[in-house]
Amino acid sequence: MSGVRVLVGTRKGAFILTSDGKREKWDVSGPHFAGWEIYHMKGSPVEPNRIFASQTSGWFGQIIQRSSDGGRTWETPGGEKMPSPGSPPAGQSNKFTYDTSAQTGKPLTTHQWYDGTQHPWEFKRVWHLEPSLTDPDTVYAGVEDAALFRTTNGGQTWQELSGLRGHGTGPEWQPGAGGMCLHTIILDPSNPDRIFIAISAAGAFRTDDGGKSWKPINQGLRSQYIPDPNAEIGHCVHHIAMHPQRPGVLYMQKHWDVMQSGNAGDLWKEVSGNLPTDFGFVIDVHAHEPETIYVVPIKSDGEHFPLEGKLRVYRSKSGGNEWEALTKGLPQSNCYVNVLRDAMAVDSLDKCGIYFGTTGGQVYASADAGDTWAPIVHDLPAVLSVEVQALP
Amino acid sequence: MIRVELPQHLRTLARVNGEVTLEVSGPLTTRSILDALEARYPMLCGTIRDHDTLERRPFLRFFACSEDFSLESPDAPLPEAVAKGIEPFVVIGAIAGG
Repeated sequence: MSGVRVLVGTRKGAFILTSDGKREKWDVSGPHFAGWEIYHMKGSPVEPNRIFASQTSGWFGQIIQRSSDGGRTWETPGGEKMPSPGSPPAGQSNKFTYDTSAQTGKPLTTHQWYDGTQHPWEFKRVWHLEPSLTDPDTVYAGVEDAALFRTTNGGQTWQELSGLRGHGTGPEWQPGAGGMCLHTIILDPSNPDRIFIAISAAGAFRTDDGGKSWKPINQGLRSQYIPDPNAEIGHCVHHIAMHPQRPGVLYMQKHWDVMQSGNAGDLWKEVSGNLPTDFGFVIDVHAHEPETIYVVPIKSDGEHFPLEGKLRVYRSKSGGNEWEALTKGLPQSNCYVNVLRDAMAVDSLDKCGIYFGTTGGQVYASADAGDTWAPIVHDLPAVLSVEVQALP
Repeated sequence: MIRVELPQHLRTLARVNGEVTLEVSGPLTTRSILDALEARYPMLCGTIRDHDTLERRPFLRFFACSEDFSLESPDAPLPEAVAKGIEPFVVIGAIAGG
């Protein structure tokens, strides 16, 4: 590997950090799309220089950006000034329209609102972009209000996979404090028809037929203070991670509780073990050790900062239950930042690199699987997402 | 030629500096200006008005000659000074307190 590229989405723009394989010195490029919220950026596994970005604003709506040169230059797919003959209508790349066609069988128009009444589905933004593992033109988008979209033409147009909202439980979904967002998309590398997604605050879902039909996979989750703590849906799943060599094993950071499933989500068991608090947002898996997982415990749902003002990553080498605090190089006093759900990533170098960003604008990296840490950039706007690419 | 002043975020998106100048045919209205603007800068589709309903996005306002045209019909005629290019048509993000 010649180097790594870290893609950082923030409240006020995108930043791209690059380094060689040693991961000691970093170049920072940005802000790209200054002033816009960049919820997520991710590169295609097939063509790493092809990067997609979700650029959003409460004033101006949703934009999809695409780079073909590793983030040096960007374009709005389909937004060129002179669309070529036969191309889709210009300006469609930022259009996410819920499928209400008769072909879906029962088009959904409402979900549960905070007060228990039904509320219309309203598109707000793209939270997560997940490029296909095999096709550089195919990307999945998880959006708020929760739904899954897909493009097969490099982001020029997007279509909803409406089987998710239409599978039956949709009218019971309701927003979490951050909105009703589909924030996690995991593609199974061993089975192209299998996709996992997670929604706050509905739970986790799985398709085994490429997105046509879906089922909730929340058995074993227990969430206090929802009407039925063991309900089929209604759980506030914060993030899910999977190791590509063990696609049937999933790890979940729920609102409270760290969970593990050994059967693709059919049944979950708690693995919080000796964590000082099991509230948190991020969770990720070591690139080479499928049972080594990482979380950043946060004090509570009411106090979104590290316990005792100490920023600690916790690592388990046994798939959970037994955790060790990783503190070397991380602030151990007066630290009151948060680490949001999409703001941790791992690289595939040897040794495995771990990266996470904070709401205080720091991006920390460890080039030794978490043993030691250093800020590779600080004083950015609040970090919303972190992804990393190992470059050939 | 008429002049359009965009908010900073949309200037960045459209990759323009300063004001945009546009050729608008027919009566000068908010609709005809936005039609011409989106035709020339397709990446702005959906950022000022809804893709389908063409309704103004909630936190944007339209001004011309210091008058607020946000709540006027999109087909209402705009001042002659805008049509002559003396004054710009201004798209602005609604100003929030705090």
